Amino acid sequence: MNVVHHAADRCIRWAFGVDPAAWPWTWVVEAAFLLLAAAVLLAFVALFAGPVTWVERRVAGRIMSRIGPNRVGPQGSLQWLADGIKCFLKEDLIPDGADRPLFRLAPYLVFGGMFGAFVVLPFGAHLVAADLNVGLLYLLAVTSLVVVGLLMAGWSSRSKWALFGGVRSAAQLVSYEVPAAFALLAVALAAGTLSLQGIVGAQGGWPWDWFVFRNPFLFVAFFLYFTAAIAEGNRTPFDLPEAESELVAGYNVEYSGMRYLFFMFAEWANLWIMSAVATACFLGGWQVPGVPPDRIAAAEGWAFVGGEALSFAIFAAKASALVLLVIQLRWTLPRLRVDQLMITCWKYLVPLAFAVVLGALVLLALVPEGGLADSILRATLVIFGAAVALLYGRRIRQTYLADRDLYRRMEGKDAWYPPYRLP
Amino acid sequence: MVPTLPAAVKRWFADVGRAIVTTFEGLAVTSSWMFRRPLTIQYPDKIEKPVQEMLPASYRGLLEVDLDRCAGCLLCNRACPIGALQVKVEKNPQTGGREIVQFDIDIGRCMFCGLCSEQCKFGALAHTTHFEAVVDSPDGLVLHFARKPTPVSRHKEGQGPPRRAVGSILPDIVPPCLGRVPWRPKGVAAEPRRPDEPPAPGDVPPAAAPTKPEVS
Repeated sequence: MNVVHHAADRCIRWAFGVDPAAWPWTWVVEAAFLLLAAAVLLAFVALFAGPVTWVERRVAGRIMSRIGPNRVGPQGSLQWLADGIKCFLKEDLIPDGADRPLFRLAPYLVFGGMFGAFVVLPFGAHLVAADLNVGLLYLLAVTSLVVVGLLMAGWSSRSKWALFGGVRSAAQLVSYEVPAAFALLAVALAAGTLSLQGIVGAQGGWPWDWFVFRNPFLFVAFFLYFTAAIAEGNRTPFDLPEAESELVAGYNVEYSGMRYLFFMFAEWANLWIMSAVATACFLGGWQVPGVPPDRIAAAEGWAFVGGEALSFAIFAAKASALVLLVIQLRWTLPRLRVDQLMITCWKYLVPLAFAVVLGALVLLALVPEGGLADSILRATLVIFGAAVALLYGRRIRQTYLADRDLYRRMEGKDAWYPPYRLP
Repeated sequence: MVPTLPAAVKRWFADVGRAIVTTFEGLAVTSSWMFRRPLTIQYPDKIEKPVQEMLPASYRGLLEVDLDRCAGCLLCNRACPIGALQVKVEKNPQTGGREIVQFDIDIGRCMFCGLCSEQCKFGALAHTTHFEAVVDSPDGLVLHFARKPTPVSRHKEGQGPPRRAVGSILPDIVPPCLGRVPWRPKGVAAEPRRPDEPPAPGDVPPAAAPTKPEVS
């Protein structure tokens, strides 16, 4: 029972005073509520994909020691609206010799493939549009629609840049599906279900209940999935389909106006999908620390709403942290060459993925959940993770301090352009 | 050369390790930049004084001419390799004196090479430190310095009326863009104009459409 059906039932009881299970028109009300859920999801996608472009540009600015967009709205926070309206008002150009029906269709396929994934994403304890029992499989299948759209866009544009971009993206996405699917398979094995709500339910609120820290192979699987998801999302360092320096803009080079906006929209929304799936599968999803999911389900009235909101907040916080990490990775790592991309996938990620699945299977069979060995394994991994995080913070501080000393040495030296405000 | 199996396995693990370490270190570096102030300084509203005042005096910005000192020798006109200057000197039939009837500088063409201002012996033509030249239409890029026929200066080199401060003439010549009055250097008051001089385009109130000064 998810929130959509729950709300539909409550509505039928309240409006018609009949039992929804026996009433013949229940499906009409439920369909209306599903449409409503789709609209809410679309609004969420739009309200995520828009502002995150601004966030990315601001983060990029800081990393490049500049400010980034700051003119539209407070601190430039409405920049995404200005960009969107600008794209709306642009002329929709179709190049001469383009395959017009395919050219028009491609953005919608890309967008549809992306938006379809949102159906199964668990936003909260009961906040999910449809909790499919084949959730992971559905997710992998429906996001493959994006490949078709990208290839279609590249092919129909009748432009060498677009064609290169489309073919590259097809090769890349198909290759990286393999390690991503295997990493998720390890999770499905640990949870014993393909349903995303079931996977989240198999974890707990505290870090040692998460699947990342369940055993070392799942720990590796998290990073495997994360790498492969970045590649599937065409993000740097795997953004070969739209390598600016080589392909201008890749598959969408001939697009303008609204259709271009659809491509960008899908790309940014995909950022949320990859982070949300990683959160749900590895980082405990919406699980509230200290509150078992049964208590949220059993709560009534405002307590139920509060529990849902809290679980959503926790989920959003975890996913947003991952989104920020992906954004930061984009401005940290240089782009790979095409051969390096394929080598990374087939020579490193795929064998690692096989090893992870086998190792996870063996450990799941040997170490029963809840036993002493299980607890030791989890504790060791949590301590290891914390140590890595501490080391990370230390390295940040060291880098900062080293550069601060360099700047201090520059103080007092006259330069007509003043670099004295650093750091 | 095919490496031996142990060497290949060793290399494989070394590659994975290097990927992890380099990504980790790279992320640490970029993270440290999140805690620093940006190096860039916002232009134009977050700087302490206009950039024009920070620039060295030898900066070759927009050209300006002080017609009170111009002898009408046309050396600048000839020196310009791309014809950015249009100077016309004609004889006034009534007074019999030579008059500058046109002194146009097309800043859309000017490449700020400085050949013209080097030729000017009378200190009339000079580069300012002014560089903001946003205008509403391409016509605005042509600066008309001679709004009415001006008699040529007859003074010798190093004599004559004092040169008006460099950069003080230009703001009256550059047409206002989007109602914004052009920049004027700090501490340089608008020099009292000659009573017969027509009003400058900068004096037009922002609401009114900017009028193009007529070349007589």
